[in-house]
Amino acid sequence: MTNTFKLNFNRLLPFIIFAGLVVVPFWGYATDSSFYVAFFARVMIYAIAAVALNLALGYGGLISLGHALFMGLGAYSVAIPAFYGIDNGWLQLLICISSCAVIGYITGAISLRTTGIGFIMITLAFAQMGYFLFVSLKVYGGDDGTSIANTSQMLGLNLGDIYTVYVVAFLVLILSVWWMARLRASPFGMVIRGARQNARRVNAIGFPARRYLIGAYVLSAVLCGIAGFLLANLNAFASPSLMSWIISGDLVVMLVLGGMGSVLGPLYGAFAFLGLEEILKMITTHWLALFGLAIVFIGLMGKKGIVGFMDDLTSWCRPGAGKNGTASATEKEAS
Amino acid sequence: MLSAMLVFSQLLNGLQYGVLLFLLAAGLTLVFGIMSFVNLAHGALYMMGAYFAALTFKHTESLTLAFAAAVFGSILLGIVLERLAVSKLYSRDHLDHVLVTFGLVLFFNEVVQILWGTQPYFLPVPGWLDSTISIFGVTYPAYRFAIIVVGLLVAVGAHALIHRTRLGMLIRAGSVNPRMVGALGVNIKFLNALLFALGAGLAGLAGVMASPILAIQSGMGDHVLITTLVVIVIGGIGSVSGAFYAALIVGVVDTLGRAFLPLIFRGFMERDLANAAGPAVASMLIYVLMAVVLAMRPHGLFAPNRG
Repeated sequence: MTNTFKLNFNRLLPFIIFAGLVVVPFWGYATDSSFYVAFFARVMIYAIAAVALNLALGYGGLISLGHALFMGLGAYSVAIPAFYGIDNGWLQLLICISSCAVIGYITGAISLRTTGIGFIMITLAFAQMGYFLFVSLKVYGGDDGTSIANTSQMLGLNLGDIYTVYVVAFLVLILSVWWMARLRASPFGMVIRGARQNARRVNAIGFPARRYLIGAYVLSAVLCGIAGFLLANLNAFASPSLMSWIISGDLVVMLVLGGMGSVLGPLYGAFAFLGLEEILKMITTHWLALFGLAIVFIGLMGKKGIVGFMDDLTSWCRPGAGKNGTASATEKEAS
Repeated sequence: MLSAMLVFSQLLNGLQYGVLLFLLAAGLTLVFGIMSFVNLAHGALYMMGAYFAALTFKHTESLTLAFAAAVFGSILLGIVLERLAVSKLYSRDHLDHVLVTFGLVLFFNEVVQILWGTQPYFLPVPGWLDSTISIFGVTYPAYRFAIIVVGLLVAVGAHALIHRTRLGMLIRAGSVNPRMVGALGVNIKFLNALLFALGAGLAGLAGVMASPILAIQSGMGDHVLITTLVVIVIGGIGSVSGAFYAALIVGVVDTLGRAFLPLIFRGFMERDLANAAGPAVASMLIYVLMAVVLAMRPHGLFAPNRG
């Protein structure tokens, strides 16, 4: 009885999280405290970015240390039009998607000429180029960043409103998680996941692995850009620090923390990462030291992040099925 | 005439910066290229080296002790880190390396703030180097010249170590096939620890050499770490001599770009535009260089031959 409960809990968790996220704005509205609404909106936006990175890194095995570039591009696609008084959200979104797609295609096509550490470094290099470009654009605030007076107007709504951006982020998050779940099992997902393990074989079967990976990289860039777009509206602020390698590192850590390559891993990872950050901030001003140590310990323990941990927990709770449980976890990774 | 001298002195600056980068890159490429360990904490070791020096100087007023403290302190720290964390990760994925060493970066940046505050520290230039030297009519601070000399000595030393000694032979062999080296009866664990300590020591040395010309503060390693990674990738991962040439190239390109690009841009652009574009392109220059190099030669300019 308890075993089935645990097993179901594993499946129930995402629904609990989403249900909780539905409650947050009502609760925030009732108690008139927008802090947690803004906090969870931020968590969801980072979760979207982590979901995007998961497509490239988790599915495709492309260790990108430069995804912050697309967050930043998304943010500036709101900030720069707003600077000139253009607050049409659709236009801003169009700029966001097209710039991320174009830059993602160019950088992806060049980066994919290398593999392994070379790929990590070249994606990092492109992000750094973006960072320094926006730092030196003094018109848009340079390294101080620029505040956005006119946030995006869409469907008669102002995305700068904290409740509106919350709802939009919630919908985008659900859609992207659902989309990734579908994509994972689709032929496209199969090809890029196959390419992660053995690109040569994928080529031999007749799928040009590199082209598929570039496709995955571009989709991932665009979704990450949308996260940046939402973040700029939430904060009413865009700054080059969004493109710094620390943000890219944060995204990678979220993903590894949650469980790479799984559908819900990035979601859990973003919650755990930002939640831990917030809790430690309450304990001490020097929370980063504890946070750093926590990351080190989690990294040393290894495994497959929170998703892997929950799989272990499930199989551990099923009597006499420990071995099968671990096998199914690895199978899930391989299949 | 003046401009020729300006170019020459900027070249020296670039050389000095490049040599400093080499001190970091040499240590990192040993760990990164040969042990295939992605060590984002290398910049933190550089920072810790500088702090060890600054604190020793504060209490003893001795620069010799400060230099020794930086090098041996960071070696010691390197050994502790290797034993506690790094050694458990060699067989793992690169992503685990990134995760753990990223955590270490956050940890060390915050710990120095807790222990030693947010105010930057400074280390003075040694008295006997506190002068200028005249080279071909260009006066140049002796200390910066000393950095170049130390860097060149380390380069020669590293080359001799790797190509002329038994240890170097084992290092080279270990980079190609660690298992086989282990099977031949070499204590590969010890070899890895030794390499990591050596890399940490070089990071500490770079930290203390940079201290008299930079502010010692939390996070000082982050930026230079990225530049060092650029150097290693351009040079070819795992090649110490590649790191040397690449460090000099990056140092000179970066310095000359920052000094002259805005001037050059002004030659064919409107002043306002040039003032904006010059520094932007200058700060992006080394990344552009790296992207071009990787696009042309994915293994770097001086990649070691690994049959």
